[in-house]
Amino acid sequence: MSALAYDGTAMLGRQLRRVRNNPALAILTQTMPITMLLFFGYVFGSALAMPGDAYRSYLVPGLLVATAANGIMTGMFQAAQDSHRGVTDRFRTLPMSRAAVPLGQASADLVVTAVGTVPFLLVGLAVGWRVEGSVAQAAAAVGLLLLFRFACAWVGILLGLASRSEEAAGQLGSATFMLPLLSNAYIPTDRLPGWLRTLAEWNPISAVTTALRHLFGNSPVPEGAAWPVAHPLAGSLAWCAALIAVFAPLAVRRYARGEG
Amino acid sequence: MTTTYAVLSEGLEKRFGTVHAVRGLDLAVARGTVCGVLGPNGAGKTTAVRLLTTLLRPDAGSARIAGHDLVREASAVRRRIGVTGQYASVDGDLTGRQNLRLFARLHRVRGPAERAGELLDRFGLTEAADRPASTYSGGMRRRLDLAASLIRRPDVLFLDEPTTGLDPASRNQIWDAVRDLKREGTTVLLTTQYLEEADQLADDIALVDRGRVAHSGSPSQLKALIGTYAEVVVAHPDALAKAAGVLDRLTGAEPSFDHERNAVGAVTGDPTLTLPRLVRELDAAGVPLLDASMRPPTLDDVFLRLTDRKEQAA
Repeated sequence: MSALAYDGTAMLGRQLRRVRNNPALAILTQTMPITMLLFFGYVFGSALAMPGDAYRSYLVPGLLVATAANGIMTGMFQAAQDSHRGVTDRFRTLPMSRAAVPLGQASADLVVTAVGTVPFLLVGLAVGWRVEGSVAQAAAAVGLLLLFRFACAWVGILLGLASRSEEAAGQLGSATFMLPLLSNAYIPTDRLPGWLRTLAEWNPISAVTTALRHLFGNSPVPEGAAWPVAHPLAGSLAWCAALIAVFAPLAVRRYARGEG
Repeated sequence: MTTTYAVLSEGLEKRFGTVHAVRGLDLAVARGTVCGVLGPNGAGKTTAVRLLTTLLRPDAGSARIAGHDLVREASAVRRRIGVTGQYASVDGDLTGRQNLRLFARLHRVRGPAERAGELLDRFGLTEAADRPASTYSGGMRRRLDLAASLIRRPDVLFLDEPTTGLDPASRNQIWDAVRDLKREGTTVLLTTQYLEEADQLADDIALVDRGRVAHSGSPSQLKALIGTYAEVVVAHPDALAKAAGVLDRLTGAEPSFDHERNAVGAVTGDPTLTLPRLVRELDAAGVPLLDASMRPPTLDDVFLRLTDRKEQAA
């Protein structure tokens, strides 16, 4: 096994052991989107023009993607914590692959997210959401969701390694909850004023959400949208590829150099 | 291996923006010895250790650690060193055992579980082995840190302020561990704020001030740089001037007075000036002597003398 695979697996094990030692945090994190589904679905849903059932079906893919975007926050938290508590530097004094630490973190995050998606989808089914397309398309939707999460984790890892303190990372990380607000995750974008609609539709969350709605067969691709939303599959893949291509090498470089 | 020095650096430099943290660090640590790096806060001790452990890349200069070039053979260096410090810590969310197993695995140690067990035992952590490290006391945490840096018997162990903030009992445990390691042939480079610690453990001391080594040598050599402090106490204040005259003649140094105690003292580097001779000379001069002492300087004296305290306060 190559050094990267060996060390990366060891680091993946480390992260999963941390979750097992302290499951409360992971459970809380995974419960949040369920709470939001129930809250938005029934409270907001009853005030919208759309029937409640239809809104809840619309909301499930949106919340999945909004939760995946939280990978930025989680990645930042963990990287900043390791970096400011001296754990990162301990690894950097070891004869191990330079890329293994961030890669292990991103991979572990992926595993935890995949597991956490299951209860969310079960609650989704309970409140009326259905897989209306083929099984293969649904599997593709989950794959795309995880790819997007992986991309977001790398963004977070870079920002966390570059953070001045754990507190600073915490504050900036919490601010990322606003990202899905300016997208089609919770509301359709077609009635937004022109410039705001353009901005929202170029938000990567919008492309991935549209792709999931399309693949699950929940709602059609909206007409007259910006390119990434009008071509949601190509748009999402392009966004994920671009984020990973930019942020993963920067995060690894940052980790290896250890200074700004 | 034929190299005499486990750590040999020449002209190492590191700048952070406009701050020139390390400016030409020359350090030579003989194999199998303990070197104490002493210096005021901000002297560049920590930056020096971060450079020598590959955590930072030097802007200029070179160093060989355990015979390997610090920059070109960084991964060979990493295989031969252990690092414990404020910044190279263990994962508080993992248990002591999980931490050591992880590091053993990353070090490619055969039988990581056995190695972890051995080290937990050696550092008296077996009972606490399955608790998260974040629940450990300061002393236990430091012992776990030390155990983690000994996973693969390093040739050179770097300890950055290993006992800062520890109670005396925990401090003694760390000191014993350092002595054991030295006995086993490990070279140790430790930074400390405690002169007593350097005096207790170090074969050689490097006094770092403003980013370079200001003085180096054995503790006794450094103390000899300062000389011996001769002090006499007289029966009444009128005799102070006469006593000072004798001290001045014998030491050639400016005497300093302590009028409350009727005492006067001076520093001497003259090895022939012994206490009996001092007493005879004072008696011959008719000084009403109450007390006389020749005190070897403590490392505190050395530290205060050889580093610029004004600079530090600024």
